[in-house]
Amino acid sequence: MEHTEDGKKRIRTATWLSVIPGIGQFYNKQTFKGVVFLAIFALFIYEMIVFGFEAFTGMVTLGLTPGEDHSLFLLIEGSLQFLLTVIFLLFYAINIYDAKKVAIRIVQEKKINKTAKDTLKNVYHNGFPYLFTIPAYLVMIFAIIFPVLVTIFISFTNYDFYHIPPASLIDWVGFDNFINMFFLSSYRDTFIAVLGWTIIWTLSATTLQIAIGIFTAVVLNQKFIKFKRLFGIIFLLPWAVPAFITIMSFSNMFNDSLGAINTQVIPFINSLIPFIDLGSLPWKTDPFFTKIAIILVQGWLGFPYIYVLVSGILQSIPEEQYESAKIDGAGPIGRFRHITLPTILMIAAPVFITQYTFNLNNFNMIYLFNEGGPGSIGAGAGSTDILISWIFKLTTGTSPQYSIAAAVTLFISIFVIAIALVVFKKTKAFEMED
Amino acid sequence: MSNLLRSQKSSRFFTKFFTYAFLLLLSVIILYPLLITASSAFKAGNISAFDLNFDATWTLDNFSRLFTETLYGEWYINTLVIAFVTMFVQVTLITLAGYTFSRYRFIGRKKSLMFFLLVQMIPTTATLVAFYVMALLLGALDQSWFLIFLYIGGGIPMNTWLMKGYFDTIPYDLDESAKLDGAGHFRIFAQIVLPMAKPMIAVQALWAFMTPFGEYMLARFLLRSPENYTVAIGLHTFISNPQEQKVALFAAGAILIAIPISILFFMLQKNFVSGLTAGGTKG
Repeated sequence: MEHTEDGKKRIRTATWLSVIPGIGQFYNKQTFKGVVFLAIFALFIYEMIVFGFEAFTGMVTLGLTPGEDHSLFLLIEGSLQFLLTVIFLLFYAINIYDAKKVAIRIVQEKKINKTAKDTLKNVYHNGFPYLFTIPAYLVMIFAIIFPVLVTIFISFTNYDFYHIPPASLIDWVGFDNFINMFFLSSYRDTFIAVLGWTIIWTLSATTLQIAIGIFTAVVLNQKFIKFKRLFGIIFLLPWAVPAFITIMSFSNMFNDSLGAINTQVIPFINSLIPFIDLGSLPWKTDPFFTKIAIILVQGWLGFPYIYVLVSGILQSIPEEQYESAKIDGAGPIGRFRHITLPTILMIAAPVFITQYTFNLNNFNMIYLFNEGGPGSIGAGAGSTDILISWIFKLTTGTSPQYSIAAAVTLFISIFVIAIALVVFKKTKAFEMED
Repeated sequence: MSNLLRSQKSSRFFTKFFTYAFLLLLSVIILYPLLITASSAFKAGNISAFDLNFDATWTLDNFSRLFTETLYGEWYINTLVIAFVTMFVQVTLITLAGYTFSRYRFIGRKKSLMFFLLVQMIPTTATLVAFYVMALLLGALDQSWFLIFLYIGGGIPMNTWLMKGYFDTIPYDLDESAKLDGAGHFRIFAQIVLPMAKPMIAVQALWAFMTPFGEYMLARFLLRSPENYTVAIGLHTFISNPQEQKVALFAAGAILIAIPISILFFMLQKNFVSGLTAGGTKG
C-alpha cells in the first residue's frame, strides 16, 4: 500500500527514534511498552558499565598476572557477556521493527494498543507460543549453545596441560591448533588416520545394520511363517537390552585367549563345516580384527531399530501393487527392487541418516569394546579410535590437550552439519509445510 | 504341466527352508551372547569369561555379593534419580515446545525449527572441554545435577522435532471446535490435544529414562568419586581392570538392569513405529 508523504515521514521518524529503544514507542503513543523497552535498554547499559566492559577486556587479555587472574573465569565471563550481547541485539532489532510496524498501523488508521492492560492482553495472546517454548530454549542455550561457544573460543587458545589456570595463564594463539591439526606431522598423521577410520566405521557399520534390518523385515514379512511373534520378540532383544551391557559382554566374548568366540564359537564352526579349520583369531590385539569385530557387533546392536521401522512400512504397502507387478512378470527380486526398496527408502531415509550420524559419534561402541585400542597411533589415539573417542582421550588423558580437543570438536560439528545440510536439501526434509 | 508344478513346489520348499534356516540362525546369534552373559550371573567361583557351559555350580551368591561387597546399590539409586529427573523435565519441555511448533503460527517459528534441526546435528557430548570448564567454575564436578542438566538439554532439539511431528498427525478439527466453544490456550492443550499424544509421550519418556542408564562418556568424565557413579560406569570398573575381573558380578548387575528396562521396552514397543515414522517423515 502506498502511504502519503506525511505518513511516510511518520513511519521514518518512529523507526529512527527507536534507535534509543522505547522512544519510538513513546512517539507511537504506546507509553507502557515504551517504558518497558527503555527500562530494558537502561538495564543493559548499566550491566555493560558494571560488568560487561570488564568482561570483554578480560576476554581479550585472558589475564595478565599468573596466579592472580584466572584465564578460564575470564573466558567464561566473556562468553556469557557475548551471549547476553547477542540476545540484546536481537531485542534491539525487534524494538526497531516494532516501532516501524506500529507506525504503519497508525498511518493506516488501524487499532493499536495504548494502555498497559491492552498491551499485556495482547502479549498473553500472541506471546503464548513464546511462553511455551522459552523453557526449552533456555535449557538448550545453556546446555548446548553456550558450551559450543566456549568450545569455539577454546579452540583458539593454548589451553593444555602446560597451561592450567590459575597457576599459569592461557593465551590466544589464533589458528595454531587448526594448523597443527592439518599440517604438523605428529597431529596431522593421527588426525588423518582417525578421520579415515571414523568414515569407514560409520559407513560400513551403519550400512550393515540397515541391510540386516531390511533383509530381516522382508523375510519375516512372508505370510507362511509360523511363530512370527516369537521371532519378532527375539529380534527386538538387542534393542531392548541396554547397549552398554551387551557391548561389555561382547568385549569379554572377543577376548583373545579366554573369550567365548575363540574358545567356543570358532571350534563349533570348525566341527560343523568340513574343510574349514580356523584357529584363534587376535580379536583384541590386531587392529584389523578389532575393527571387524566392532562393525559386526554394531550390526547386531543396530539392526532391530531398522527392522521395526521397515516392518511397519512393509505392512503399509498395498497388496495390489505386488499383484499387478506379478502379472507384469516381475520376479521376487524385481518386485523387491521396484516396489519394496523405493517405498522403504522414501519413508525411512531421514531415519537412516540419523543412524549414520549416530554411529559417527558412537562413543560407547568404540570405547567400551576395547577402549579404542589395541596399541597407539600417536597423539593419544588408539588404532580403533574414532574422532569422538579421541576427543575423550585428549580431554581425560594424563596430559590433556584441551585446545586440540576443542578444535577437533569444531571440525566434527562443521563436517556433520555440512553433510547433513546437503543430504536434507536433496531429500527435501527441509521443505516445511507453511 | 506336472513338471512345472513340481518345480514350483520345490522352489517353494527351498524358500521355506532358507527362510526358517535364516530365522533360526539369526535367533541363535542374538540369544547366544545374551544367554551366556545371563547364565554367568548364577555360576559359583571366580569365572573369567562367559561361555555356554552348564556344567557348573549354580548359586545366587553373586547377587548378594553385588550389594554387600560393591557400591552397586548406590550406583543403581544414583542412576534412578538421574533418570527420573531427566525424564520428567525433558518430557515436559519437549511436549510444550513440540505442541507449540505444531499448533501455533508465530514470528520466528520457521527459523526456530531450522535452528533446532541444525543444533540437533552437533554432537553435544563432543563439547566435553566446555562442559569441563563450566563444571570447574560452577563447582559442579562430581555433582549429578550438572549431568542431569546436560542430559535434559542434549535431548531437546531432536526430541522436540519428533514431538512436533507427532502432534502434526493429530487432527486439528478437535482444537478448532474447542476454540469455538470458548476454550482457552491451556484447556485446549491439557484437555484436548495432550491426551491424544499419550503414545508418543510414553515413548519419549522411556527414551529419556534410558539415556542415563546407557550414557558413558559424560558420566565417566564428570562423576569422579565411586559412590557417585551411575551403573554404566560402575559395571565397567568390574571388567576394565585386567588384574581384577569380576565377570560374574558384572553379569549379575547387568541382569538387574536389563530385565526391568526390557520389560518397559516391550510394554511400549507398539508405540515406537508410529512415533518414529511420524517424526521422521513430516517436516
